[in-house]
Amino acid sequence: MKRLLLAVLLALSAPAAIPALAVQPDEVLPDPALESRARAISQELRCLVCQNQSIDDSNAPLARDLRLLVRDRLKAGDSDDKVMEFVTDRYGDYVLLRPPFKATTLVLWIGPFAVLLLGAAGTFLFLRGRRGVAAGADTAPLSADERRRLDALLRKDD
Amino acid sequence: MRRLLYLLPFLLFIGVGVAFYLGFERDPRDIPSALIDKPAPTFDLPAVPGQMAQGQPATGGLSSAKLAGDVTLVNVFASWCIPCKAEHPVITRLSREQGVTVYGINYKDKPEDALTWLSRNGNPYAAIGADQDGRVSIDWGVYGVPESYLIDRKGRIRFKHVGPLTPQVVEEQILPMVKHLRQG
Repeated sequence: MKRLLLAVLLALSAPAAIPALAVQPDEVLPDPALESRARAISQELRCLVCQNQSIDDSNAPLARDLRLLVRDRLKAGDSDDKVMEFVTDRYGDYVLLRPPFKATTLVLWIGPFAVLLLGAAGTFLFLRGRRGVAAGADTAPLSADERRRLDALLRKDD
Repeated sequence: MRRLLYLLPFLLFIGVGVAFYLGFERDPRDIPSALIDKPAPTFDLPAVPGQMAQGQPATGGLSSAKLAGDVTLVNVFASWCIPCKAEHPVITRLSREQGVTVYGINYKDKPEDALTWLSRNGNPYAAIGADQDGRVSIDWGVYGVPESYLIDRKGRIRFKHVGPLTPQVVEEQILPMVKHLRQG
């Protein structure tokens, strides 16, 4: 009985787990192909009001205006790249949730790998240095006196 | 020399720390405009409907043609925007006392609300274009009102300020820039 109740509750709560769509029914284009392109483009564009949401998720009025704009451009026959260009011409690369790879974003793209490489080089040098010490590469051999003392100590243990 | 090498990670840490600390000083809402030094978008906005009826001089809307000639400030405002009210006295002084022509773009506003707001707070704008659906403002790269743009004599955008204009921004950035652009 308890198990049945739980199952029913779980089934009932499932729809609540689906996030509410920001895209309003009146925005959706009749042509499904065009609409799916619009959705894909909207997911790549940052909402400038909420900044960490795409215009596809955001309920901000500006996000809605931009969604409508994207759809209007597509209806006018623009390619996906043309639509992106239209928006970046006005708002800059900042609207792109995936920053482009170019001179000004080089640090962003290369930075983590450079730091990783630097760390790896440091580790390599450190470990190589330590292996040298362990192998006794840079220590002088024992003198005759030291050897005699060591032998004496080792014998005492037997 | 070897001791310096040991200090290196610490110095790197200090450097990164300073960089991040300076990052805190930056306003994340302040997004650099993509339109600086580019010509202002071409547009033709109607006046706020009913401006005549309220006894205010109808200035016939705002179009890009009006922007060329002198250095002007284009201010995007709305009656529903609280910071716009805060900057209104600063805009008024800029237009009436400091000799800068200010044009307004009334962003996604109800005409009656805009007119009430203007008659209550005064109208410092030489002309106002009503951008009811916000499309023209998107061409300007507007993402939050109020925003102000300084346009040079050739009609290019030379400076953008997001958020309310303060006397400090006017004194330190706008007026020197206006003087410089008028000479150029």
